[in-house]
Amino acid sequence: MSQYRRAKVMGFLQSAGSVAITLFLLVTLTFFLGQVMPVDVVSKLVGPDADFQTYEAVRQRLGLDEPLYVQFGLYVGRILTGDFGTALLTGHRVIDDILRVFPATIELGTLALLIGAGIGIPLGVLAAVRRDRMSDHIIRIVTLLGHSVPIFWLGMMGLLVFYSQLGLVGGSGRVAVFYEGLVPTVTGMLLIDSLLAGDMEVFGSAIRHIILPASVLGYASMASLCRLTRSFMIDQLGQEYVISARVKGLSTWQVVWGHAFPNIRVQLLTVVALTYGSMLEGALLIETIFAWPGFGQYLTNNLLLGDMNAIMVCVLLVGVVFITLNLIADFLYTIFDPRTSR
Amino acid sequence: MSSTPKATDPSAPLFQVEDLWVRYRMRYTSFEAVRGVSFNLGREKLAIVGESGSGKSTVGRALLKLLAGNAEITASRLQFGEVDIAHADEKTMQTIRGARVSMILQDPKFSLNPVIPVGEQIAEAYRVHQKVSRQEAKARTLDMLAAVQIRSPERVFGQYAHQVSGGMGQRIMIAMMLISNPEVIIADEPTSALDVTVRLQVLAILDDLVRQRGMGLIFISHDLNLVRSFCDRVIIMYGGQIMETVAAADLDNVQHPYSRGLLNALPSLEHRRPRLPVMQRDPSWSRLQKEITP
Amino acid sequence: MSSEPTAAPAPKQPFLTREARSPREAILQRLGIGALTFLGNRLAMVGLAIIVLLVVLAIFAPLIATHDPNLQNLRGARLPPSATNFFGTDEYGRDIFSRIVHGARITLYIVGLVTVTVGPIGLIVGAISGYFGGFVDTIVMRITDLFLAFPSLILTLAFVAVLGPGLEQAVLAIALTGWPAMARLARAETLTIRSTDYIAAAKLQGASSWHIIFHSVIPMCLPSVIVRLTLNMAGIILTAAGLGFLGLGAQPPTPEWGAMTSTGRAYMLDSWWMVTFPGLAIMIVSLAFNLFGDGLRDVLDPKSN
Repeated sequence: MSQYRRAKVMGFLQSAGSVAITLFLLVTLTFFLGQVMPVDVVSKLVGPDADFQTYEAVRQRLGLDEPLYVQFGLYVGRILTGDFGTALLTGHRVIDDILRVFPATIELGTLALLIGAGIGIPLGVLAAVRRDRMSDHIIRIVTLLGHSVPIFWLGMMGLLVFYSQLGLVGGSGRVAVFYEGLVPTVTGMLLIDSLLAGDMEVFGSAIRHIILPASVLGYASMASLCRLTRSFMIDQLGQEYVISARVKGLSTWQVVWGHAFPNIRVQLLTVVALTYGSMLEGALLIETIFAWPGFGQYLTNNLLLGDMNAIMVCVLLVGVVFITLNLIADFLYTIFDPRTSR
Repeated sequence: MSSTPKATDPSAPLFQVEDLWVRYRMRYTSFEAVRGVSFNLGREKLAIVGESGSGKSTVGRALLKLLAGNAEITASRLQFGEVDIAHADEKTMQTIRGARVSMILQDPKFSLNPVIPVGEQIAEAYRVHQKVSRQEAKARTLDMLAAVQIRSPERVFGQYAHQVSGGMGQRIMIAMMLISNPEVIIADEPTSALDVTVRLQVLAILDDLVRQRGMGLIFISHDLNLVRSFCDRVIIMYGGQIMETVAAADLDNVQHPYSRGLLNALPSLEHRRPRLPVMQRDPSWSRLQKEITP
Repeated sequence: MSSEPTAAPAPKQPFLTREARSPREAILQRLGIGALTFLGNRLAMVGLAIIVLLVVLAIFAPLIATHDPNLQNLRGARLPPSATNFFGTDEYGRDIFSRIVHGARITLYIVGLVTVTVGPIGLIVGAISGYFGGFVDTIVMRITDLFLAFPSLILTLAFVAVLGPGLEQAVLAIALTGWPAMARLARAETLTIRSTDYIAAAKLQGASSWHIIFHSVIPMCLPSVIVRLTLNMAGIILTAAGLGFLGLGAQPPTPEWGAMTSTGRAYMLDSWWMVTFPGLAIMIVSLAFNLFGDGLRDVLDPKSN
């Protein structure tokens, strides 16, 4: 038993080690990207009218007169101490900004993931079982469309049809304007905060506003989850234990959900975790369309402004989120797969 | 559902197979794996032997309609008891599979579900056909595990396939397939994936259970010596057809040149030969035989 | 299940299903079956047809377009679709249909340029890394890990932020983020190829590592890399469109589809055509590449079936 545990700990340390290396490379990457940028940070900070002394003073304070490796050391040091600098756009510390906008993105991404996984996984299973038949072809087209449609365009079309023409959903923003700021911020996620406050009107409005962007965002992840589920499932349906299960007299769906599906659960968990991370990418475009005050919009605004420091902190954060999700996925694998445990 | 032995004439055949064909359709070709096979199965131990690719496994799976979607089964008669298998739908087949006809597959490493405890898998086989509580199914399972000579059924119940040895895995498989007391067991090379040392033990367990419960057994194998001592009757297949059917005791007196060739290719202690003869195949064996062997 | 080879005099068998008698015949059979498989895949054919159409549009854009794509006509601004302006006009009165036709050139330019950069680089880096293993491999894998840890759009954005907005910068940024996936794929293929007997045989004959890599390993990696590149093209189109939409790709007045969607956004509620048609163009072309790649995979990569 202890042998297994030691192997497990070793495996974990190993992946933690490779994560550390990846993180270090990530920090290096953002540092060099920040270096080669054609923007003069100092003049952005001091303004165009500052005299030479002020300019030099700020330059020295930022350590920009030091050789590159010292600057890199300073950069790593600042990151390790949690000093990510201030954003030009808001004048706040970047890290505070991000903490403030992140819950909105998590709210959107989580709902989108629920929609994407809730529809994509069962559809993928269905497609695998009905392989090469009509329903498989239809699902294939639907998922290929999901891979092909520009998400920002789909969002706009959604607004055009469901908001402007049919009036079924709310438009831009997280909630109708007159409800804004009505419920106290606890988690930063409006659906939860309004429930905590017991304000059903705000909750309803929030639902009407989130449902369209979350569906559009969810459609893309639905497509990829569906295709992956299908291929995992086809693999499993060709296994001998599926024949054993059928020999026992189980119905097709009992075999599929009771025997084949448990075998892809762990794989699925991994890809769902990674899909969750890729929501950040879709959120970038969707939040712009829907004026959703989240991380994506924050990053886009800084991009347009050219605030390299804020951008690199955002990139760093996305990298950390992804690496963490990868690590979690690995960890889930060892926990939930009986073949790797014990 | 019914697992009690049917009150039918014990001498009546369990399976009646006449002119069974199995075709696999591929994109540009089709392939006939079984070509006009006919036989009857009573309460006996019937062996089907042949080389790999002879269609013997396909016959076994066709009887339960377990073939892949691109396989096409035709037969002028494919009857199990009162059920017309050839024309039975999937629902009917589900009431037969497990309850009345079961199958043991070759390698427990692959035929047991890797992520479900083996005990659950056995209990499930029982609960598919019997309306019983979880505890009752578990009790039955533990009995069954004991019947296949597993020493600590309670412990094995919660184990996973990768935690048991090959021999134990195959005993678990036997327990799973016999728990509903089927009338017929199809065993598809049940011992060829096992170590030589545990083969006989597993066979003995299977033999005991089949005899005690008066089941019919179809034993698919490529091992002539094994079949000779274990079965009552032997069907020899080649190229999807039956070459010859003989009583196991008469296996040494087979007529067909293919069967003779197979026997000659066996090493023997009594007649040592410097070199085993290589099978000489006659293309005429592959030609369709019109007469139907009973 | 393999059929026994029958010694009976083989009746006239169709060429594609009989046993090949020479390497040349085997290659021809493979090509023939591949072509048949592909032709039989109706969706893949649709994809191919759309791609051909796109190429035709791009080549003959000035002939097909009904108007000058950049000709402003403020009095005819934001006209709905009609017989003269098939897809309507934009805020400067430019004909949207003509702009979309010319936009095909930009799309092809981006896709083509990224693909010819990413394919060879990924293939060579992956093959070398996989073949030699060791320290080089570890470094390459760590770097690709880093790139693959990101959603591609965000990393592309980071590069664009550094390079500045523009069409060439967008292409470079997309290529920079695209090669690691190819390298990963080529490496994985190389690892399986490396341990095969025919590589061992080549080594025994005294072939140099480079010879083996370029003559045995890379040709074997090609099919899956090509499939992946084709499927990737759809992603490239979407990323480029996303950059254009954010105003970081091709700059006005270039008729880039993503940028057109972005301008249309401001007038979306009363001029739906300004958003709808460029977006549809993006979707159809990206779908075409996806369908084509899928069909290609069935032909070139039988393992995935």
